[in-house]
Amino acid sequence: MTEHINQKKFKSMSRRELLKLTPVVALGAFAIPQLQAPLLKAGVGFSDWASGVLFRSGHLAPTFTDAEVAPFDKFPVNDYDVDDPEIDLNNWKLTVAGSVEKPGQYTLAQIQSLPKITQNTRHVCVEGWDVIGNFGGARLSDFLKMIGAATLAPYVTVECADDYYESLDMATALHPQTLLCYEMYSKPLTREHGAPLRLQIPTKIGYKQAKYLTKFEVASELYRVGYWEDQGYSHFYGL
Amino acid sequence: MASHVVEIEDAKTGEVTQAVYEHPFIVRLCHWVNAISLFVLVGSGLQIFRAFPSFGAKIPQKDLIHWPKAFAIGGWLGGALQWHLTFVWIYIASGLLYVGYQLFSGNYRQILFVPRDVPGVWPMLRHYFFFGPKPAAKETYNPLQKHAYTSAIVLGLLSMLTGIAIWKPVQFSWLAWMMGGFHYARLWHFLIMWALIAFVFGHLVMVVLHGWSNFVSMFTGWKKDPEYRPE
Repeated sequence: MTEHINQKKFKSMSRRELLKLTPVVALGAFAIPQLQAPLLKAGVGFSDWASGVLFRSGHLAPTFTDAEVAPFDKFPVNDYDVDDPEIDLNNWKLTVAGSVEKPGQYTLAQIQSLPKITQNTRHVCVEGWDVIGNFGGARLSDFLKMIGAATLAPYVTVECADDYYESLDMATALHPQTLLCYEMYSKPLTREHGAPLRLQIPTKIGYKQAKYLTKFEVASELYRVGYWEDQGYSHFYGL
Repeated sequence: MASHVVEIEDAKTGEVTQAVYEHPFIVRLCHWVNAISLFVLVGSGLQIFRAFPSFGAKIPQKDLIHWPKAFAIGGWLGGALQWHLTFVWIYIASGLLYVGYQLFSGNYRQILFVPRDVPGVWPMLRHYFFFGPKPAAKETYNPLQKHAYTSAIVLGLLSMLTGIAIWKPVQFSWLAWMMGGFHYARLWHFLIMWALIAFVFGHLVMVVLHGWSNFVSMFTGWKKDPEYRPE
């Protein structure tokens, strides 16, 4: 049975159906300058929340054979400012502070006394390139034990000789592949790769893997997140 | 599936036009939300691509194309990532709601390309591209349309899966592995974007060719004077 109606009825039926689509107009909020920044912040915040949920402490990043590792001279150097912040490598010490039992100055020899891990993992840059490299260093979790860190604290933060700074969630800091890295390709870190000590975290994006470390802190809250994060990049960016 | 059909009588001339309720509310809602989010994702995706316009190694880097900034969204890499990481959730939500509704309502039979549609493809192609006679319309959508809509859904799904492999190559390492690793996932994601752009282009051409009442139906659901005979 086909219903017979007049044009007026059809117009009102059509209008009613059209009005049901008004929720789509809500997306126009993104075009309002005052609302755009907070909405995008909420969107990235939701993504970061999902990243945190998806992170699994026991899940290892893929590792690769020596044949799959890129040659050292093909491993890109990225920095935000200088290739070499001119650290005096002979007198370098890492300052440890925050929620730890043994704060103070730590030498490279002390960090190298911890069990050494070497791994071939993929480094992924936020720009889109990726490279498989060979890295050596101490597990950050071992170092956290050495300094008597309160691992219930949610964050660790680092400061660098080039004024770069970064932060990590504790779950990632305790991940077995997260290294305080002092070697690449079985040689001490070169200056442009962050001598004498950098973070190497196969479960994080490249900008989290700070170079030229000078200060290490265990923190209960963050007053700043990281050099790039504070300009609008994802806070968590786990891979 | 019986469609909702009405006959509209012109008060002056007494002329009767048929109208069919072709697009249910959820389909229209998802269509427009998806269209807007795809637009933002493509625009911001191209800005993200500008940060490393290559699928080779960083050293030595050979740029594939220099995509103009004017045809991108976000202004810089960080800004583009904000748009991308925000609208991807809207895109996925509208996609899942759409697919879920189609399956639940049985409406998917209208658009799902199935083996029995294969014989109808050639006559339709002959009509569109080689001035062949127009095959009689038996269903709401002809075999080529069904092929296009089914492909678009598959492409949407692939865009999501390749995107997840790029966003989370460690937590979803199996997904990245299936695509040949992070490196290739990024290439597939890029190619799938162009395939979706090709779909949208063809879709818009057909919208223009099919005229106003067809276009209006995507807003109101009601299509006046349809080219097929509704049951």
